[in-house]
Amino acid sequence: MERFLSGNEAVAWGAWESGVRLAAAYPGTPSTEILETLAPMPNVYAEWSPNEKVALDVAVGAAYAGSRAMAVMKHVGLNVAAESLFYSSMTGMEAGLVIISADAPSMHSSQNEQDNRHYAKFARVPCLEPSDSQEARDLVGVALNISEQFDTPVLLRLTTRISHCYGVVDLKGTRPPERTEKPSYCIDTQKYVMVPGHARRRHPVIEERIHKLAEFAETFPYNRIELQDRSLGIVSNGVAYQYAREVFPQASILKLGMTYPVPPKLLREFASQVERLIVIEELDPFIEQEMHLLGIPAEGKSIFPLCGELDQQIVRECAIKAGLLPESAQVKAVQPEKGALPPRPPVLCPGCPHRGVFYVTNKLGLVVNGDIGCYTLAFLPPLGAVHTCGCMGASVGVAHGVAKAGIAQHHVAVIGDSTFFHTGMPALLNVAYNKSNTITIILDNRTTAMTGHQQNPGTGRTLQGIETGQVDLQTLVRAMGIQRVHAVDSYDLKEVQAALEDCVQTDEPAVVIARRECVLLPEVRKQWLPLRVNEERCNGCELCFHVGCPAIAKSDVLDAKTGRPKARIDPLLCTGCEICAQVCARRAILFRAQVSED
Amino acid sequence: MAKIDFLLAGVGGQGTILASDVLAAVGLRTGYDVKKSEVHGMAQRGGSVTTSVRWGIKVYSPLIGPGEADFLLAFEKLEALRHIEMLRPGGIVLVNEYAIPPLSVSSGSDEYPDDERLRAVLGALTPNYYLLPANALAEELGNTRVNNVVLLGALSHWLHDVPLPIWLEAVRNRVPPRFADLNEQAFLVGRQEMEKTHPCPRV
Repeated sequence: MERFLSGNEAVAWGAWESGVRLAAAYPGTPSTEILETLAPMPNVYAEWSPNEKVALDVAVGAAYAGSRAMAVMKHVGLNVAAESLFYSSMTGMEAGLVIISADAPSMHSSQNEQDNRHYAKFARVPCLEPSDSQEARDLVGVALNISEQFDTPVLLRLTTRISHCYGVVDLKGTRPPERTEKPSYCIDTQKYVMVPGHARRRHPVIEERIHKLAEFAETFPYNRIELQDRSLGIVSNGVAYQYAREVFPQASILKLGMTYPVPPKLLREFASQVERLIVIEELDPFIEQEMHLLGIPAEGKSIFPLCGELDQQIVRECAIKAGLLPESAQVKAVQPEKGALPPRPPVLCPGCPHRGVFYVTNKLGLVVNGDIGCYTLAFLPPLGAVHTCGCMGASVGVAHGVAKAGIAQHHVAVIGDSTFFHTGMPALLNVAYNKSNTITIILDNRTTAMTGHQQNPGTGRTLQGIETGQVDLQTLVRAMGIQRVHAVDSYDLKEVQAALEDCVQTDEPAVVIARRECVLLPEVRKQWLPLRVNEERCNGCELCFHVGCPAIAKSDVLDAKTGRPKARIDPLLCTGCEICAQVCARRAILFRAQVSED
Repeated sequence: MAKIDFLLAGVGGQGTILASDVLAAVGLRTGYDVKKSEVHGMAQRGGSVTTSVRWGIKVYSPLIGPGEADFLLAFEKLEALRHIEMLRPGGIVLVNEYAIPPLSVSSGSDEYPDDERLRAVLGALTPNYYLLPANALAEELGNTRVNNVVLLGALSHWLHDVPLPIWLEAVRNRVPPRFADLNEQAFLVGRQEMEKTHPCPRV
């Protein structure tokens, strides 16, 4: 059956059709939809784990226990799971294990654009790369077969334009018959207990495995030579293949579906058949360097950019510059003189509960070490209230380090609920253990918002929406040894301010749990009530503009005395959170109760 | 036609993804190979977003390069200006006559470009640009959220090879059943609005 699927959806189908029994992940763009697609399918267990390392360990456990398993993460998630990648490469497993890494060239929603093919080489595991949705579906099953044949985890590397692009996919719509008896657990301590004595015996095994995989790659059907005009030969992979094919419809192409290990004979054979040999790949010169190590001269990053994703336009322009295409190949585009346009960066949504907390940290002049989530966006003007952001869970450790460096001023770490469960917890434990006066604000909006509202250990629901236990943040934080704990409503500016002022005047570790549901959650949407401005009271003082809400704009009406434009609230955008109403000194913005009265 | 490229531009949350889903379904139903590309994650939060849909005999790249789009469908005026260079010179631009001022405009540090500038810039690339009051038309139907489908209806006028039932089926399939009639109406209103002002499509 044919379906129009994104690469992520296709991966979920591929996993289901090849008999994956367990899949675990932590949400992260561009990988999130894989588990969301797989979760409702029958006879497969899928979970959101608190972080990627846990997810990979869970998948390894299932594979040890003889069930085909999949772990899913964005590229930086594999940093978190790296230790598990390395030990699972050493041990191998009893059933297929595929690790999906969704890389983010151009960083549409990421902090870096690391090329995770290096992890495959680093950990001695094979790396497969699909170039469209069909291959994304197909290569999951292929990866599991390779995993079982060679006793190795397999890295399946996607990129944003594979994950989030749609194409026609031919599906089988069935999966292998379910086993009827309970599986038995295989005990093999020499293979699965990685103490030094065992590990020393395993290391040569995995080195030998990579040699065998390189031989296997020579005839691997997804490594394919498309021999046409021999004046130009292109080695390419992933979505870059699509750009290469579009720009060079007549060229010969060696398309690599397995980018580690590369097939030496096939590459040499291809090189000998073409006059000029180039490599078109996104990000690092990975294939190019593997070819250089084999002594095959090829041009790659001397022609095409190292940073950012490619597209047909970039490939075409670079090719023209390198003399691979005539000047006439340029697409006729017109760049009209349009002057500077106001930028439109992503912003905190109207009604976002994080906004009030940052309004208060600003008011108190606090420096904020931020973290990964929607709230990172508070770094933007007019709030400008987040001053560092590095990776998941970094905020609390960084703030503690700042405090221990002897900075006089109190430091604040701001971290979301899901991010706190991900990697914030050990960092807060450290604050309690080693005693710094770090103030940790946990923004508890009852969901994992940035990636599109996924459940987490604090929401009381699983990936499938089934009720489960929910962790109580106050109890958890106190159990870690934090004694000064405030729980406040993020929408109540006075309450937030009082809590932070209390924390600032002491010299002990403190936590403020700022709780309020994400305004986009369905049950919260039902309570939206747009506020209004009382034009007679408003004198255009602009105070409300400093909260940085997209629903507040300058109106065309000028104040008679001051000549400044009065505030206007967009009824389509405003949710009625009342943060602006609390900020207004002239009581010109009506509260919900006042709006309802009218 | 060998290929038709559509670039959809708007503000996160405006329904560009729904519109692109319909366009993809229509292309497939008409017999084209189709690829579609979206942006998820951070950019969805009120930021500038684009989605590309490509119809062709065989589509390789899922993306549209500058000067390649045959159609630019802009759900907001400023976003039409921002992405106009993606249009093939002489291509067709449909703009929702609707402004969502970014924060830098509402806070007074930037100015929202006026309609005169919009028309001048679009006109420099193509005579075939059309401003439609999609939000206003949607409001007349009782729900401004269907402005994206109004704009799709207007677009369908320029693709006369595609039979109307294919469009309507694709629209109805993509929305919750209780909104199917409303969306069909919105589509027809957009299509009629375009027909009224430009009876003879040239594509």
